[in-house]
Amino acid sequence: MKSGIINKTIYDVDKIRKDFPILESMIHGKPLCYLDNAATTQKPKSVIASDVNYYTHLNSNIHRGVHSLSEAATKAYEDARIRVQKFINASSEKEIIFTRGTTESINLVAQTLGRSILKEGDEIIISTMEHHSNIVPWQLIAAEKKAKIKIIPIIDKGDLILDEYRKLLSPKTKIVSVVYVSNSLGTINDVETIISLAHKQNIPVLLDAAQAVNHLPVDVQKLDCDFLAFSGHKLYGPTGIGVLYGKSHYLESMPPYQGGGDMISKVTFEETTFNSLPYKFEAGTSNIAGTIGLGAAIDYVNTIGINNIAAYEHKLLEYATEELLKINGLRIIGQSDNKCSLISFVLDNIHPHDVGTFLDFEGIAIRTGHHCTQPLMDRFGVPATSRASFGLYNTKYEVDILAAGIKKIIEVFK
Amino acid sequence: MDSELRELYQQVILDHNKSPRNFKKLENANFEAEGYNPLCGDRIDIFLVVEDDIIKDISFQGSGCAISKASASLMTHMLKGKSRKEAEELFVKFHDLITGKLGDNPSLDELGKLAVFAGVKEFPARVKCASLAWHTMHSALNKEEKVISTE
Ligand SMILES: Cc1ncc(COP(=O)(O)O)c(C=O)c1O
Repeated sequence: MKSGIINKTIYDVDKIRKDFPILESMIHGKPLCYLDNAATTQKPKSVIASDVNYYTHLNSNIHRGVHSLSEAATKAYEDARIRVQKFINASSEKEIIFTRGTTESINLVAQTLGRSILKEGDEIIISTMEHHSNIVPWQLIAAEKKAKIKIIPIIDKGDLILDEYRKLLSPKTKIVSVVYVSNSLGTINDVETIISLAHKQNIPVLLDAAQAVNHLPVDVQKLDCDFLAFSGHKLYGPTGIGVLYGKSHYLESMPPYQGGGDMISKVTFEETTFNSLPYKFEAGTSNIAGTIGLGAAIDYVNTIGINNIAAYEHKLLEYATEELLKINGLRIIGQSDNKCSLISFVLDNIHPHDVGTFLDFEGIAIRTGHHCTQPLMDRFGVPATSRASFGLYNTKYEVDILAAGIKKIIEVFK
Repeated sequence: MDSELRELYQQVILDHNKSPRNFKKLENANFEAEGYNPLCGDRIDIFLVVEDDIIKDISFQGSGCAISKASASLMTHMLKGKSRKEAEELFVKFHDLITGKLGDNPSLDELGKLAVFAGVKEFPARVKCASLAWHTMHSALNKEEKVISTE
């Protein structure tokens, strides 16, 4: 096959797999087939090495010392910020705030912007397919401010109904916060339309990009989103580090999130002046090693190229969809025409939990459950699904293993 | 199939999963409770008819994995005719079995058919599945008795 050879020279997945030591693991005597990338991705050697290097050669506190180690650590930390800025094409590194992850990024916006602008009767728009981390933070602040949450509905295929969204937008709407790519359905939402409609009424839009940055090129200036949140650990980076991008005029106007060291410029017992961006939002000693590790992860993704990853994963998704749909009694939940590389499915009369345990014995790691999207499960009338989610190192062969594993379970439960 | 997996999914469990016993609502139940496992979204309702401290009838409804469904099915089968005290004692014993507290060669006489759940101890993540029905039964029995309307 000629095309196969050409692809191989562009995207050498065998070579890529060698960068991820964990992929050599054996599980129950079978080679690990890791298909739980939407939960977290594995880490390449360069990211692991970054951690070792930091603690071996750089460890010290940042922004505080005049000694050499502190200066070197500060530089590495700030270099990572610039990598993130370039990766999502923010106009300034001041718009990049490091957090613990997507969850903290969204909480930050809810607790600062939300707290300062919401009044009784105001409305926040989210969608049916939100992760709990883009529901609960809004519920907390809405309850406090007596504001309401409005939900964009979806069709059975798994796409948002934008006509209904249009109707929800009103002078009462103060914030729109939606998921870019659904972690349960794989749907890539039409966020450009969502943003431009909100902007006609000057409403800020936050994008939960936890499942987007690892699968698609993301350009915050082109999208024109006002906030964007993501986690390092889903982008082949460490856990405990994430990003909040925010347009500087919003960030400037927002009160601080937490108080402490680093986020101040002057403190007396009477009064405190807050530090400038982005430090105003980074109180206390941050996850320095994790931040530098995130920079290494972005370097890694850049060497392969996010467009190449997107194209490769798309082919893998097409193949997996085709193969899984051949299985009798398997139904895919989320069949949008515009999807990222994950497949949620249910089997007739076999509970996802049993599927998960059986596949584990084939060495296959998938996620089973509600995927932190319980309202979405209710919408589809299922308590849970099984979800296979693919990353840049997965192969067609692994899809075949998955399909064979599923067929085996169906046989046992016959 | 792997032997550990076969231990977990014994034929009896697969059978009870496919055709659960006492899978219905008891209209005349004087004790009932709803159990919920937020981890996996499993929901179960347990219904009991208790007279003179004896479980005259017991049933369940709900959705869940094979382990939780078979466990509920076998539990209802085992508890019919038992006293409340016996039911609670069996729960303790069962819980010890699935959490591995009975050791490697437990005496399984009292447990009867419940012995098929011995394999669960190798799967800590599945202990909740196997015990959900029992916890729900326990909470039903410890609730206030429902006043059955005679109208
Ligand atoms: C769409 C989406 N949003 C938010 C999150 C929360 O991310 P984290 O747990 O890293 O904060 C996740 C991850 O599970 C996700 O998939």
